[in-house]
Amino acid sequence: MKIQLTVNGSRYEKDVEENRTLLRFLREDLGFTGTKEGCGAGECGACTVFFNGKTVNACMVLAVEADGGSVETIEGEVKDGKFSVIQEAFDRNHGLQCGFCTAGMILSVKELLHRNPKPTEDQIKDGLEGNFCRCTGYTQIIESVLDASGQLPKKGELHHA
Amino acid sequence: MLEKLKAEELRYVGKEARRSEARDKLTGSATYVSDMILPGMLWAQVKKSPHARAKIVKIDTSKAEALYGVRAVLTGAELNYRLGLYVVDKDILAKTEVRHYGEAVAAVAADTLAIAKKAVDLIEVEYEVLKPVLNHMDAMKAEAPLVHPDLGSYDFMKAAFTPQPGTNVANLTKLRKGDVEAGFAEAQWIVEREYTNPSVQHVPMETHVAIVEWKPSDDIVIHTSAQSPFTVRNLFCYTFKLPLNKVRVLIPHVGGGFGGKAGIHIEPLVACLSRKAGGRPVKFQATREEEFSLLPCRSALTYRIKTGVSAEGKILAQKMEMFWDAGAYADYAVNVTRASGYSAAGPYHIPAAWIDAYTVYTNKPYGTAYRGFGHVEFFWGLERHMELVAQAIGMDSLEFRRKNLLVPGNLTLTGEEIFESSGNPRKCLDAVAKSIGYGSLTTEEKAREKRTGRKIGKGVATLHKAPAMPPFTATAAIIKMNSDGTVNVNIGLTEIGQGSTIAFEQIVAERLKFRLDQVKVTIEKDTDRDPYDWQTVASKGLLLTGNACILAADDLLAHAYETSAQALHCQVVDLDHDDKRVFLKHHPNHGVTFTSLALGYAFPDGNAIGGPLIGVGRYVAQGLTNLDKETGQGNPALDWTFGAHGIVVEVDPATGEFHVLKISSAFDVGKVINPESVRGQCIGGMLQGLGTALCEGYIYDEAGHLLNPSFTDNKILTSRDLPDEIECIVVETPQLDGPFGARGVGEHPMISVAPALGNAIQHAVEAELTHMPIRAEDVWRGIRKHEPVDNWITKTPTGSCKSNVLL
Repeated sequence: MKIQLTVNGSRYEKDVEENRTLLRFLREDLGFTGTKEGCGAGECGACTVFFNGKTVNACMVLAVEADGGSVETIEGEVKDGKFSVIQEAFDRNHGLQCGFCTAGMILSVKELLHRNPKPTEDQIKDGLEGNFCRCTGYTQIIESVLDASGQLPKKGELHHA
Repeated sequence: MLEKLKAEELRYVGKEARRSEARDKLTGSATYVSDMILPGMLWAQVKKSPHARAKIVKIDTSKAEALYGVRAVLTGAELNYRLGLYVVDKDILAKTEVRHYGEAVAAVAADTLAIAKKAVDLIEVEYEVLKPVLNHMDAMKAEAPLVHPDLGSYDFMKAAFTPQPGTNVANLTKLRKGDVEAGFAEAQWIVEREYTNPSVQHVPMETHVAIVEWKPSDDIVIHTSAQSPFTVRNLFCYTFKLPLNKVRVLIPHVGGGFGGKAGIHIEPLVACLSRKAGGRPVKFQATREEEFSLLPCRSALTYRIKTGVSAEGKILAQKMEMFWDAGAYADYAVNVTRASGYSAAGPYHIPAAWIDAYTVYTNKPYGTAYRGFGHVEFFWGLERHMELVAQAIGMDSLEFRRKNLLVPGNLTLTGEEIFESSGNPRKCLDAVAKSIGYGSLTTEEKAREKRTGRKIGKGVATLHKAPAMPPFTATAAIIKMNSDGTVNVNIGLTEIGQGSTIAFEQIVAERLKFRLDQVKVTIEKDTDRDPYDWQTVASKGLLLTGNACILAADDLLAHAYETSAQALHCQVVDLDHDDKRVFLKHHPNHGVTFTSLALGYAFPDGNAIGGPLIGVGRYVAQGLTNLDKETGQGNPALDWTFGAHGIVVEVDPATGEFHVLKISSAFDVGKVINPESVRGQCIGGMLQGLGTALCEGYIYDEAGHLLNPSFTDNKILTSRDLPDEIECIVVETPQLDGPFGARGVGEHPMISVAPALGNAIQHAVEAELTHMPIRAEDVWRGIRKHEPVDNWITKTPTGSCKSNVLL
């Protein structure tokens, strides 16, 4: 069926099979490959995108459900050539390694900071619980979130014996 | 390659620097193989065995072939190629017998993924189900069915491995040092225990994926999410008997590897599909479920240790037996066995040692390299053992460890001498012990115990690891100067998230005396363009490729100086340079710019000299030898990175539930190149190690079906599972042949997290744990002195919490 939707502020109109997920539609039909598939089963959060203002696992939404809706992906995070506050904070604090979970992670952080502009460390851990990262051990991601919300007075440190 | 530069003179090494590839990853513009769709590309799917062991009676592909949109169907019958890293034991598709659940028996390439999936469903396979051998200890028994009856006819790497035809033993590694029986005879105490852990999955967030184009000209292009482009190429060409220059392996960004992408995996199958489909590119990406069973895992281990200790608490002799569960194919497991065999006693001085380490075939998904290369598994046993030995002889376990740590002048198990410059395990151990306040509880901790009713315990564990690699492991770097004075660096080492790219940029900028933004190390790998590197594994990249980068920088500068000397009519010895110019030391205004040298220096009349500035650095590991196959003696270690973890844990004695309050980790990294990257490895590896310690593991039923190939049933740790407090500590004892003194630390943080936790739990509630992972129910049993339960091959298909033993 033909669907219409907005992705990162631009309108798209496309024929799509009824059983196609929003994730595959975004990646393979529209070319928004920044959103990743980690499990295809709604378990890992790598495919987190904003759908009508809320974060979803794009692998758990059918493209046809997005008809008439609005989607934001990682590709929409840079505005007028400028990195967002969250992206800058991740860059400063090494909040990524292999980068495969990063898009989903950043959108979950964005959602968290919308809801709660000054989250505590515990609230950050809750907010990111649905996004797996196998590389970083989360700490530098949490520090990135604290930094993005203006709450990191001092960067994480490596101590010398 | 140790640079005797003073710390205050260093401009980039040891200083903060953002990851150079981060901004592509942060904007979704970094390309992974998963993201790629090539013109004319077909999609592949694989038909997998639902049985652990069965004869393939018949495969009927006619319905699949008749389906519209199917362009190639393959079965094992038409593929007469054998694969194998060290023991050549694997068919691309199972031919007459399937050896593990999830093994590939047929494959399809079609116009769309949906058609490929449908076609695979239409393939009919008739099996004669056989009784599998699942437990590796059962597979050692004389009456066990043979997973590879033809083992004796397989090729294998004879310099390093010893398969035992007629048995399930893919390799036996032996080590003999000193007189063990004499040591036991002299010992005041002898303690003997057995430790185990199940198989686990690496869980790279990007599953294995490859796109292969086998053109009619036999030129082959492989895009793959792999760690080691040259290994993929070498093994691919070995299998298909092709010249190396016909095969081009390209690796863009990689979504995690952890060893699971170290060798060659799906590339040959995808290549055969492409060839059969007339040369169209074919893409295959494993589903998460396939990642658990079609792709390899980490081997399970049973480790028996017998230790003889003197009255003073010195270890006199140690006998060690390792039984590694290879699963159905030998892959890396034989080399895990070899590398673990020669490291099996940890950073301790063992005057007399005896080791037999077996790699055992079973009918399960096969084991491969995984971060730590066996050390995570055997250090679980070893460092629990040190705790239990200390307890048995009535000595504090920290003191017992200190008494037996390697010191300069000691010989390792293989007879390698330890020097001051080898690193300092004692400093690491002392640092973590101090950080957690080992040996006593603070007033707050005591108050917390009182308030909560839970017991607090503190434990430590040491670790060490050297890269497991051939003694002649080689690499190279090429630095090319552009006409604006910037440089591009080509290396064969892959960025899989470990942060090596920025580290090499820092090293090159430091050595060239350039600005960091003048230096770019190319992320994407290309075997046609990049110089050889053995593999991106073993925590050897920083040292070997770092040295190659230094040598390439020196080479580039030598060429620049040579041309400058001619241009300036002077001797090379009088020249110096900065990030812009080469000039006379004593007349700094008299010089030439790098921009004028970059492509060859042209005199005012148009005559030119020099040509494009390119620096080449070649490096091969120095001073290493093969090990004697009977005694295990020789020099295998490029470098030892020593370390330790200390853990503070809080345990509920009623339920066995526990929570990690603090973890401190210390590593002797030689020299920090990028502090944030070291910290990222330190914490990332620690949490992966904690996952192994807490919950991860493959659960099978008695027919060999894998019961938990998903994140729902095979948990990995989330942000909620972090310890409350984390401290990362570095010790810097410079490595004499390390770049600026540096050693690798990619794998080490994962090692010994589990035994540090086990030791802390023992200190809290006296539970003597010998099985990893440590689940709450294991602690509950341990507290009550119940026999531990090994239910990874379970009678009940409902998961790890349902024990088949009545308590």
